[in-house]
Amino acid sequence: MHAVIAFSSVPLFLGALLSDWAYSSSHQVQWVNFAAWLIAGGLLIAGPALLWGAIDLLRSPATRHRRGLIYLTLLLATFVVGFINALVHGKDGWAAMPTGLILSAVVVVLAATASAVGLANTWRRPA
Amino acid sequence: MTTRDLRIAAALAAVVMLGTTLTFAVAAAEASGAQHGSPELPPPQRGLLPSMRIAEPAGWGDRRPAVPQGWTIKAIATDLKVPRQTLVLPNGDILVAEGKGEGAPVLRPKDYIAGIFKSKGTTSVKGSNQLTLLRDADGDGTFEGRWVYAEDLNAPYGLALVGNQLYVANQDALVRLEYLVGQTRATAAPVTVARLPSAINHHWTKSLAADADGRYLYVGIGSNSNIGERGMAVEENRAVVWQIDAGSGATRTFATGLRNPTALAFEPASRQLWAVVNERDELGPDLVPDYLTSVREGAFYGWPYAYWGPNVDRRVQPQNDNQVQAAVRPDFALQSHSAPLGLSFVQPGFAAPFAEGAFIGLHGSWNRDAPVGYKVIFVPFANGRPSGPPVDFVTGFQVDGKTMGRPVGATLDPKGALIVADDLSNTVWRVTPTR
Repeated sequence: MHAVIAFSSVPLFLGALLSDWAYSSSHQVQWVNFAAWLIAGGLLIAGPALLWGAIDLLRSPATRHRRGLIYLTLLLATFVVGFINALVHGKDGWAAMPTGLILSAVVVVLAATASAVGLANTWRRPA
Repeated sequence: MTTRDLRIAAALAAVVMLGTTLTFAVAAAEASGAQHGSPELPPPQRGLLPSMRIAEPAGWGDRRPAVPQGWTIKAIATDLKVPRQTLVLPNGDILVAEGKGEGAPVLRPKDYIAGIFKSKGTTSVKGSNQLTLLRDADGDGTFEGRWVYAEDLNAPYGLALVGNQLYVANQDALVRLEYLVGQTRATAAPVTVARLPSAINHHWTKSLAADADGRYLYVGIGSNSNIGERGMAVEENRAVVWQIDAGSGATRTFATGLRNPTALAFEPASRQLWAVVNERDELGPDLVPDYLTSVREGAFYGWPYAYWGPNVDRRVQPQNDNQVQAAVRPDFALQSHSAPLGLSFVQPGFAAPFAEGAFIGLHGSWNRDAPVGYKVIFVPFANGRPSGPPVDFVTGFQVDGKTMGRPVGATLDPKGALIVADDLSNTVWRVTPTR
């Protein structure tokens, strides 16, 4: 279930990436303001998913730990890089560029990979 | 673990490492920073978080602000509701504009969070949107009389008296009241002279000065953002000084590119208009200097494209080369982030060594680890121009990490006193020479 929550952060992070890209190509400053909100939204979803995933991992049988750990590491990386990205997006106007755009791309890749691994784990579990 | 699992794990590890490496590479590239600017200014700098030191308010207790030898300071009114600017009337009565605009909407998550922090450094009292009149009828230095002169204003700030017309710059309009010497209460509702730009009102204070013959009024209108992060469409008629015809209410732009001109005053010898301006934040502790400058008709002072003359602010995109080249360098730098909010020139006859120059109220910094400002300074003038470094005049607003007061308006009383409005302790102070 937490993998589904983690997955739902992907569209927000993707939206942030697209907004950053729009800002970097158009210089219309509102795009980077949208991105700031989308990143904050993505973190608000990824955070609880990370917490739930950690609790779930501790409670699950040891045989499943390895793949769960990979998922959690990826999700943690998503959150950490996402948080740094939120701080970068706290800079005014073009001060967030190009760092913000690059970080947004990294976060989308991390979030998508984390979700894919997490969802795969879920499906593999015996019913 | 199967071979397939290992391969997946390896691929994932690669993704994580790539992500981390890119993050650090970018952070390192950013830390080195781009060098630009004139030689006397440090290069811009900004970490992941802006430097912040918010004032920790504390009561005055037995403490008092410190003044130079030969001067005394006294609280002449306390428990006001956000006193900002004051006006000394011809009979010695003092009008205090009380109020605070707080309408600017949150633009980004950052603004919400920063707002919580910054509000800790200000009073929790709600602005009263009124003018309070203070009177010392017997001239003993105690202002025993206190009346609400006018109410239901809208964040009144700038004040000016021309003959029997009292002008008040609300955050959305310049209004006029008829004033008769000795009055303690306005007899009629204010009349609107001109509407002022008030959409968003990120910088809401409308500063005001009247020229010597009272024909024109000058209104300082602050920008709607730090450096245009709300978009330039909302910056129309912002970061400017307007000239308003007192008779017709017709407005025209007098000077532009002044980020937040928080106080205006005429220098008595040259009759030149001067302003103190709060410059932009988040470029480092010693950038950009706030300033005191003469306001020249038609001049552009840089905001948002450039600062302190033609130093490009790369945060503003698209850049505007023509505007950067046109940017006028201000006359006199004040400490970066010190937040000048009050300006008053001394009149001939004021006690030496303050016989020629300007008093400036510095509200104090937030965007800096080591606080600056939180005092009233004096900038000496000669022949209508600044002639030396600023001298501290009223200090002791911030001691041992505690902040008791934050000066705003610094107004000269022609009788030889200085009136200082303090919007943290909600006090009006009066500084007089010791006899």
